[in-house]
Amino acid sequence: MLAAFNFRVLFEYLPLYWHCFLATAWLSGVSLVGALAVGVLACAMRLSHVRLLSRASGVYIESIRSTPLLAQLYFFYFGLPSLGIQAGELTTGILALGLNSGAYIAEILRAGILSIPPGHIEAGTASGLGYLQRMRCIILPQAIGVTIPPLLGQAIVLVKDSSLLSLISIVELTRAGQILTSERFMPAEGFLTTAVFYLVIYYLLKTLSEWSQKRLIFREAR
Amino acid sequence: MRGFYFEQVMASLPFFLKGLWMTVAVSGLSLAAGTLIGFLWGILRTRRARFLRSLIGGWVDVIRGTPVLVQVFIVFFILPEAGIRLEAFPAAVLTLTNLAACFICEVVVAGIDAVPRGQREAATASGLSAGQQLRYVILPQAMRIILPPLVGQFVLLIKDSSVVSVIGVTDVTRAGWLTVQRVPEGLIVFGLVGVLYFIVCYPLIHLSSALESRMAGGRVRL
Repeated sequence: MLAAFNFRVLFEYLPLYWHCFLATAWLSGVSLVGALAVGVLACAMRLSHVRLLSRASGVYIESIRSTPLLAQLYFFYFGLPSLGIQAGELTTGILALGLNSGAYIAEILRAGILSIPPGHIEAGTASGLGYLQRMRCIILPQAIGVTIPPLLGQAIVLVKDSSLLSLISIVELTRAGQILTSERFMPAEGFLTTAVFYLVIYYLLKTLSEWSQKRLIFREAR
Repeated sequence: MRGFYFEQVMASLPFFLKGLWMTVAVSGLSLAAGTLIGFLWGILRTRRARFLRSLIGGWVDVIRGTPVLVQVFIVFFILPEAGIRLEAFPAAVLTLTNLAACFICEVVVAGIDAVPRGQREAATASGLSAGQQLRYVILPQAMRIILPPLVGQFVLLIKDSSVVSVIGVTDVTRAGWLTVQRVPEGLIVFGLVGVLYFIVCYPLIHLSSALESRMAGGRVRL
C-alpha cells in the first residue's frame, strides 16, 4: 500500500492542505476563546449561591456532557433555520464547538477552584485580606496551576472535534482529505496526510501540556 | 405547523428507537472487546519489555492524536485498498474497538502505576509468580483507581459512536439525519436524538462520579 503512495499528487495538493491546516487552527482558536468565555461564565453561575443560576448552568453542563457533539452540531445546523435564524456554516460550527467545549471547561475550572482547601481561604480572611486580594494571592495562583494541564487536554479534544465541521461543508483538514479522495480517488493519500497534520498539532499541544505539568510540580514543591 | 411536524417526528419514534438499539449494539460490542484489549495492552505496557512498551505507547498516541472521523474514514476507505473490504457495521466496530482499547489502556496504566512499588516487591518476596502478583496484589488495588475513569471512557465512546453514522450505520444520529431530510424541523428531530443519548449517558456519568467518591474513601493506610 505504501509502495503505491503517490507523493506527486500529494505535493500538488500541499497548498490546499496548508490552507486547511490554517483553517483548522483558526477555527479551533476562535472556538477555544469562545469556550473559555462560556466556561468562565458557566462556572461562576454553577458556584453561585443563587439557586436559579446554579441550576440553569447545571442543566447546560449536564446536557452537553450527555450528548455527542455531532448531534449538537446537527441540532444547531438544522435547528437554527427553523427558528428563523439564518446563520452561516462557520457561525454555526463555531457556536456548536464553543458551547460544547464551554461545558467541559466550566467543569475543569470548577474542579480547580474546589481543589483549594477551604482552610486557605479562611486563613486569608482571618489575615484581613479582601475578596480581590484572596482571589489574586490565594485562590488563583493555586487554581491556575491545577487547571492548565486539563485545559490543554481540552484544547486537544477541541482541535480533534473540529474535524466534525467538515460534515457541514466547512473547509478544514478533514475536508481536504475528502476533496483529495473525491477528485483523485486517493483515500490513502488524502486521509493519511490529514492524520499527519492533526498529529503535528497534537504533539505540539501535548509537549506544552507536559511542560506545564512539570512546572506545576515544581511549584507545589516550593 | 410545528405541531404537525412534532406529530410526524413522534410517528417515527420506532425508527429512532431502532437507531438507539444500533448505537447500543455498536458501542456495546466495541466496549466489550475494547475493554479486554485495553487491559491486555495496559498490563503489557507496565512490563519491562521495552520494544513492546514503546510500540503500544506509540500506537496509543497516534490514535489519541487524530480525530475519530478521520479514523473511521481510514478504516472504511483505505483498508479496502489493502484488500480488506469491510461493511459499514464491522468497520464501525473495528474503529471504535481500537479507540476504546487505546483510551482504556491509558487508564489501566495509570491505575497500575499508582499501586505502591513496595506491594510488588513484597509479592515477589513472598514467592508469587508474575501472574499471581497481578491477580492477587496489583489488579485488586489498581481497580479502585481504574473503575471511575473506565466508566467515564464508556460514556465518551458511546458519544464518539455517533461519528460512525457518516459511513452509513443507522444509529440514532443517522436516524435523526434521515428524518430531518423529510421533516424540516431540526430542533424537534435533534432534540429527540439528544434526549435518547441523554437517557443512555446520563446514568453512566453519575455512576462514574458515584464510584469516584466511593473509591476515594476507605483506603487502607500504609
